[in-house]
Amino acid sequence: MALADQDMRAAIAATRFGLGAKPGEIAEARKDPQGFLKSQIRRAGADLPPGQAPSSAQRMAAFRDYQRERREVRLERTAATPPAGASGPAMADATPAKPEARDPVKLVGAMLREDISTDFTARTQLAATTDAAFRERWTLFWANHFTVSATKAITGTVVGPFEDEAIRPNVFGRFVDLLGAAESHPAMLTYLDQIQSIGPDSPAAMFQRRGGGRGLAGAGLQPAALRTVGLNENLAREIMELHTVGVGGGYTQADVTEFARAMTGLSIGGQRDAAFGVAVFREQAHEPGPRTIMGVRYDQRGKEQTNAILVDLAAKPQTARFICGKIARHFVADDPPPALVARLEAAWRDSQGDLARVAEALVSAPEAWAPAPQKFKTPYEFIVSSFRAAGGQPQSFQQFGPILTALGQKPFSAPSPKGWPEDAQSWAAPDAIVKRMQFAQAFSAAAVRDRDPKTLAAEALGERLTPETAKAIARAESRPEGFALLLMSPEFQRR
Amino acid sequence: MNAFTPSRPLSPTRRGLLATAAGFGLSLQLLGVPALAADAALNRKKLIVVICRGGMDGLSVAPPVGDGEYRSLRGALALNDAALPLDGTFALHPQLSSVHALAEAGEARIVPAVATPDRARSHFEAQDVLETGAAGVYSTSSGWLNRAVETLSAHRKVDALSIGATAPLILRGKVQTASWSPGRGLDTQARLPTLLQDLYRNDPLLGPALARGLATETMAKEATAGLQAAPAMIPKASAAGAPREQAGFVRAAAQQGREAAHNLGASLAGFMREPGGPTVAAISLDGFDSHANQAGLLATRLAYLDAVLDGVHQGLGPDWKDTVVVVATEFGRTARVNGTGGTDHGTASTALLLGGALKPGGIVGDWPTLKQSALYENRDVAPTLDMRGLFKGVLAEHMGVDRAALDRAVFPESVTVKPVPALV
Repeated sequence: MALADQDMRAAIAATRFGLGAKPGEIAEARKDPQGFLKSQIRRAGADLPPGQAPSSAQRMAAFRDYQRERREVRLERTAATPPAGASGPAMADATPAKPEARDPVKLVGAMLREDISTDFTARTQLAATTDAAFRERWTLFWANHFTVSATKAITGTVVGPFEDEAIRPNVFGRFVDLLGAAESHPAMLTYLDQIQSIGPDSPAAMFQRRGGGRGLAGAGLQPAALRTVGLNENLAREIMELHTVGVGGGYTQADVTEFARAMTGLSIGGQRDAAFGVAVFREQAHEPGPRTIMGVRYDQRGKEQTNAILVDLAAKPQTARFICGKIARHFVADDPPPALVARLEAAWRDSQGDLARVAEALVSAPEAWAPAPQKFKTPYEFIVSSFRAAGGQPQSFQQFGPILTALGQKPFSAPSPKGWPEDAQSWAAPDAIVKRMQFAQAFSAAAVRDRDPKTLAAEALGERLTPETAKAIARAESRPEGFALLLMSPEFQRR
Repeated sequence: MNAFTPSRPLSPTRRGLLATAAGFGLSLQLLGVPALAADAALNRKKLIVVICRGGMDGLSVAPPVGDGEYRSLRGALALNDAALPLDGTFALHPQLSSVHALAEAGEARIVPAVATPDRARSHFEAQDVLETGAAGVYSTSSGWLNRAVETLSAHRKVDALSIGATAPLILRGKVQTASWSPGRGLDTQARLPTLLQDLYRNDPLLGPALARGLATETMAKEATAGLQAAPAMIPKASAAGAPREQAGFVRAAAQQGREAAHNLGASLAGFMREPGGPTVAAISLDGFDSHANQAGLLATRLAYLDAVLDGVHQGLGPDWKDTVVVVATEFGRTARVNGTGGTDHGTASTALLLGGALKPGGIVGDWPTLKQSALYENRDVAPTLDMRGLFKGVLAEHMGVDRAALDRAVFPESVTVKPVPALV
């Protein structure tokens, strides 16, 4: 493989490992491209987005309060509604409609959107401005690996806090700690339906079957669902399939069900509790007895059982292989060199899943520095790198939220627990390229003003800027047109 | 009406007659050129595949209300009186009213126990198998619908379109297909598209994609004329929370969702009616993974699906008679309700067939019943039909893909999977 020279390595450090170069970043990286990346690895974990975000527990409590208020208003309304038949257009006109801001139904929708956009804007501002963009990309990889998505309303308000509380502090620690933090977080427990999973032979289930009703409202988000109580195997399956050993990792349906039994009791504080939205362990909902998973018997009691299983899953070689393959696909190529994956696996194995060591192995691997870019940017990467190339940051959600949705990457709303896809085929559909072009046009008109797009292109791509693109930019009939050509150039679209 | 299809070769006599009549002698057969009249009929045929992601619960789509076990297995989730009756055994979900109207007109049928060959109960693996058409996961990286288009393209011009911001796997592959989602349209005055086409001329990914995208945008102006401003792709209203508390939110979202869904279906139809428009299309809807609070979640999603299908039906107008729509999901769900008012990953589910080209009839495939002994692994609806056989049946008879291509290229290693006969 052709080795890249120092200028090319500097450009690769900022664009492939980082989030796209800000003006001055490639020059900074040029002194020691590998060292530039290694210095961003730190035990303390990732940076936090700007601004003080509420905790997930506060967010969940706020959501509950809004729901309550809404229920009360609805009851009032029902009481005040004239009998059927008496209503009609004339009646509706006679009663002035409540202003939208007071409508509790719309209020909840607005609150959800506002929380999501506040958190996502802060996160995007961090990505657009950080000097440690490799650290942030590494973090975004893990946030996507442990996806929690706003596709479920109540989880929408806690995706940001989940990342801040469970992911960011742990991205350069031991994998098992990151795994434990992610799986026991209220956002994950809610997203993957763990909070109401109840052991069929637990004291709680027996109480329920004897006709005890409300005692268990527990997490209580869905009283109607409590007519039947029992297992929900969603989280157990996704931990094995997506978070640890992977789908070919050697587990069976029976292992999934056993794991789901072991995890019963992991929940969050109930609607009426002060601890609402905080992870709790409900001993009385836990399925008693030993469990056997992938051939190993677990005799532990209570939540220690889940911990022991997670520790074993984290330590499996299948887990190292599955996740190291994902890291290589994310950073280097949709179809990465096997030698690179092997190197990452060795680092994982030798350090027992120390993610700082795996990150070091990644930036030290010669395979990761091949000059030809093989990764096509996801919509989020494209938007963030556009802001970085312009040396700016988003001031409002409107500047980037709607275009991400149009490009198929709606903020905090990955379509499934598998997270966002990483491959070019997923993101380079004809319609998406047209929409990227439309964004580039609008963004450039607002972003460049009196700056020279030739300079901006050199700062953004360094040695990666091709003569064809440089020529096209030089011939542009306006500065915005030149900058739009930069953003849409084959080399800027890739990394 | 049985149009000539390569999968059902004409008798040597008839072949000879056609060849002689055309004045080409033997060469017609050797070149494999289809007969002209039949070709014209085939050119009008349209195929739409709707993928419902997340594992759509077949027992909710077409509840077997006449099955003795249904009510006890489904408990509070059983849809008895509200369901829209089809026959002595099956009904349709109350939200599928447009589908029901089509069924009554003989233009919709259910396939109540169909599954891909995958049994891992993993969404992602099962979706891959559903869309690649492979016998197992990771063996093929392109979609079967793309390969079907590739096969057909040897004989006639066939264009394919996916609706949505990202291209679904089912349409990915060698043939460059179009994709479209609602947006703000092109600025025809801008120089950028032309400059970029020049900059992309050696780019194998961006070059074809941009050219195709620009052509589709141009067509979209005509295709979506008359529809109200297309909204962005619809948010999934799979809101967690008690059904009663969420009802208002869901209802408001659902109403918006239904209108947008209808528009989306009508836009798709608009493309297919354009001269030179696509004859094959795929659209994917997600949010069907109903582990908890299934009743409310599915009501919203199925209403959305119904509105898309109604939009397609209305939008296609006279072309509906040449159309088949297949609605499929990666797997069904457990026959029993789980502990949280939902169902977990299962095996067989229900597919829907719709379209004016469809031959009227009862259910497609057998119903295994819900008796405990009949359940797959004492848990799921047992599959009685391989999903590939269903797709093959449609491709063979409706689109004219020949059997050899179906068995090898379109669905690799599937010689033993027979096409379902007599669907059209």
